[in-house]
Amino acid sequence: MFGFGDIMAAALGLILTWDRDLSEIVLLSLRVTLTAVAVACLIGLPLGAVVGAFRFRGRGTVTVLLNALMGLPPVVVGLFVYLMLSNAGPLGVLGLLYTPTAMIIAQTILVTPIVAALTKQVVEDLHGEYAEQFSSFGLSARARVSALLWDARYSLLTVALAGFGRAVAEVGAVLIVGGNINHVTRVMTTTIALETSKGNLELALALGLLLLGLAVIVNAAVMTLRASAVRAAYA
Amino acid sequence: MFRYPLLSLALGAVLALGTTGAQAQDEFIVVQSTTSTLNSGLFEHILPLFEEKTGIEVRVVAVGTGQAIRNAMNGDGDVLFVHARPAEEKFVAEGHGVARFDVMYNDFVIVGPPSDPAGVAGMTDVVAALSKIAEAEVPFASRGDDSGTHKAELRLWKEAGIDAQAASGGWYRETGSGMGATLNTGTSMGAYVLTDRATWIAFGNKGDYEIAVEGDPRMFNQYGIILVNPGKHPNVKAQAGQAFVDWVLSPEGQAAIAGYKVDGQQLFFPNAGG
Repeated sequence: MFGFGDIMAAALGLILTWDRDLSEIVLLSLRVTLTAVAVACLIGLPLGAVVGAFRFRGRGTVTVLLNALMGLPPVVVGLFVYLMLSNAGPLGVLGLLYTPTAMIIAQTILVTPIVAALTKQVVEDLHGEYAEQFSSFGLSARARVSALLWDARYSLLTVALAGFGRAVAEVGAVLIVGGNINHVTRVMTTTIALETSKGNLELALALGLLLLGLAVIVNAAVMTLRASAVRAAYA
Repeated sequence: MFRYPLLSLALGAVLALGTTGAQAQDEFIVVQSTTSTLNSGLFEHILPLFEEKTGIEVRVVAVGTGQAIRNAMNGDGDVLFVHARPAEEKFVAEGHGVARFDVMYNDFVIVGPPSDPAGVAGMTDVVAALSKIAEAEVPFASRGDDSGTHKAELRLWKEAGIDAQAASGGWYRETGSGMGATLNTGTSMGAYVLTDRATWIAFGNKGDYEIAVEGDPRMFNQYGIILVNPGKHPNVKAQAGQAFVDWVLSPEGQAAIAGYKVDGQQLFFPNAGG
């Protein structure tokens, strides 16, 4: 019933007739997701490194918890953040509901466990190799974490990209806390959901292709950066 | 090392505040409304007129009527613009809203496949049509989401004396989603669907579906508007919200609603003050 050609044509049409509304949606998607991933990395990288590098009481529990939280359904995160930010909720006075900030908070909660859990794994493997050297140098705990994170930086880029992929693709959380308000909180995934509900399936799929293209560009950019950094390091 | 998470949180807060600052706009209100008003394109038609006149930006959150009312009960909106009269009156009676006004109406229709397996095409008695569908056990896709349309559908089943929910999962299929999503699902599985006429006319994925049942007064679909009570929810922007309510009910707002057409068909019929 639907030709693939129709969808490609719609996608091409979107790009050719690129307007301000579409730019707004694409830019907001990038702003929300990239900010959320950045904050998630600031929290998740050190957290994952600590859990990966040290033995402490409750470490197993923390690991299980982080791994389980990787599977948090976006809609549950959305509801949780909604209840917190609602005017009837504890943080209602901040007036953040239905703003991009609320969407960033929701996606940060969604992505942080992914970053932390994957970082933990990467750092744990690396720590196995470094443990003896660390103790022979008598390094402080803080120096160990820094050294591990620095030496694992290329693998951690992939960790950040995994978080980006999760955040840029989700619709459940941003729909609830953002409200899909035109020109304010409408991002690519909520637009796709809206066009689908209007029955404009070709347009929805075309937007999906555009979102995929965006993800490819971000991934390619990060990988190019990584490659040049590796070259610089070994030059 | 334990300073890092704290530092991260602080940075996160700064980032978050930065984005809020960048987002700061002129005066705006939040309207909790329904998918039918947004999906049909009505808001895109009338809101620019209001915004131009008053400088007040209207931010629409379009969800099912049940969720819209719930959000407004939490004070997360300045105006409620939905279509489920009993629930709206309850909302006002409980002190969450100031007063309820009729705004406009359209009607519900039942759409179905051209093969018309239940033989209801052309009927004008919706209760009789539903009875035939149930008797023939032909698929019927229900919203199942406590929306205004869902409430209206349940009322009609009740009038027909049929416990459709008993057949849930059989011929009676509750999608638990919005009008558009339910139409997408229903048309794909050859089911009859009760929909508001506005969403149906503006819907882009009709396939070969046609309107089977229409014209029953019991399928009347009244929309109401309510200012959320600032006495109960102090954050409500009473003045700007009241300005929007007043405008929608004014001759100018009513004319704007009447002027919205898709394919030459008027989607909503203003009846404020009626």
